[in-house]
Amino acid sequence: METTQQTFTDRVIKIRNLYKSFGENHVLRGINLDLYRGENLVVLGRSGTGKSVLIKIIAGLLKQDSGTVEVLGQEVNTLKNKDLQALRLKLGFSFQNSALYDSMTVKENLEFPLIRHSHHMTRKDMAKAVEQVLEAVGLSQAINQLPAELSGGQKKRIGIARTLILRPEIMLYDEPTAGLDPITSIEINNLIREVRTRFNTSSITITHDLTCAKTTGDRIAMLLDGEFAKEGTFDEVFDTDNERIKSFFDYNFIQ
Amino acid sequence: MNGKKRLSIGSLIERFFFKVYEVAYFITRYFKEFFNPPFETQEFLKQCYNIGYRSLSLITVTAFITGFVFTKQSRPSLAEFGATSWIPSLVGIAIVRALAPLVTALICAGKVGSSIGAEIGSMKVTEQIDAMEVSATNPFKYLVFTRVTASALMLPVLTMYTGFIALLGAYINVSQNELTSFQTFFLNAFDKISFLDLFSSIIRSLAFGFTIGIVGCFKGYNADQGTQGVGKAANSAVVASMFLIFIEEIIIVQIVNSLR
Repeated sequence: METTQQTFTDRVIKIRNLYKSFGENHVLRGINLDLYRGENLVVLGRSGTGKSVLIKIIAGLLKQDSGTVEVLGQEVNTLKNKDLQALRLKLGFSFQNSALYDSMTVKENLEFPLIRHSHHMTRKDMAKAVEQVLEAVGLSQAINQLPAELSGGQKKRIGIARTLILRPEIMLYDEPTAGLDPITSIEINNLIREVRTRFNTSSITITHDLTCAKTTGDRIAMLLDGEFAKEGTFDEVFDTDNERIKSFFDYNFIQ
Repeated sequence: MNGKKRLSIGSLIERFFFKVYEVAYFITRYFKEFFNPPFETQEFLKQCYNIGYRSLSLITVTAFITGFVFTKQSRPSLAEFGATSWIPSLVGIAIVRALAPLVTALICAGKVGSSIGAEIGSMKVTEQIDAMEVSATNPFKYLVFTRVTASALMLPVLTMYTGFIALLGAYINVSQNELTSFQTFFLNAFDKISFLDLFSSIIRSLAFGFTIGIVGCFKGYNADQGTQGVGKAANSAVVASMFLIFIEEIIIVQIVNSLR
């Protein structure tokens, strides 16, 4: 799939002929995808179509059956552990259920990656970095709270803050608005846009939420049955005769 | 029809060997981490505190009762032969050679093994382990290496503590009946205990501690999706580690007896 978006030129992710199966379940069937620097790409599709599998392969959490995944010019599948770790520092992954370390406070959650990867930083620098990302996600007051004391939306924000603290170049958002009320969803969508501007990130957002796709996506790739059925701006994808895509949109509107 | 697929003997054997491979790989990975600094010292110390200090109250009560009751139950048989003066030696040998390591290991298998299995299992199903992985942190080193090492090192310490408290329980019973002094009781108790007894007791508890840690971590790390998987991981960690502890006990006793 070659991109229709012309304003972004510097490619940061290149995926070619990606296949992934779980037993008899063929989840991804020959995916081609590019992400350009500064771009917010949305992968839209129903639950169970392999969207999360796709970004887990990009992050090296799952291995593909065949095909290539290049992130910042490096083939993820062939990297040695040390190089993969180095690459992961440039990737931020926001999980669907936030995946905050529930035995740690917000501050400890945010310091966790810093302690391990920013050896040059003093405790004072770390405290400042924590303050900055908390301020960026609008949750400075939650610094000493435990994840169990936070709402779903607050957890998502802290999850995003934890990935931002290492200043990644690419953000991967897995269903950022899943399980949130409409107002909180809008706040998260705005945050995704703010993150790009403030932290100069490129991003892939995995979602089935049309509002999220329309608000955050510069480009939409519609995933159906393990293949990209259509790709372009939201209006281009929406304006289609493809019955399967139309039924997805109709279903979302009914919802 | 109960809906469950019946597996052939061939696939059961295949599954068994695949599981053996998985366990062997997990253990090998643990030993590899020994040579892969930097270590998660703070987390290790936290686990030592959790496994060691937080088990003390349960171990104190159990060890005291074990020593007291064992002495009380042994007396009638020895009294028949007029050999109650042997009680301190008998109790000393029984506690140091067998009871202290075994009782400590069984308590820890229940308390520590289930807690490790549930904690890591819960982290697995809520993607916290994946979150560590994508933030370029080695979750195996942070979660598994620290817990297994802490468990292996804390068990010998707890075993020594169990031995002391159990002997104290035994002394209280003896002093009530035979009016033996504290010093005489302990001199008699340790009179028949050799270096090999103490050494084998320490080695045994080290092996038990390693088993509890590795089984708990393995079950948690391989928990299925969902909360049911967490409960299953905690439960099977206890059952499997207790089973392995008894097997190890039999093997180590045979080896030590052949050296005696």
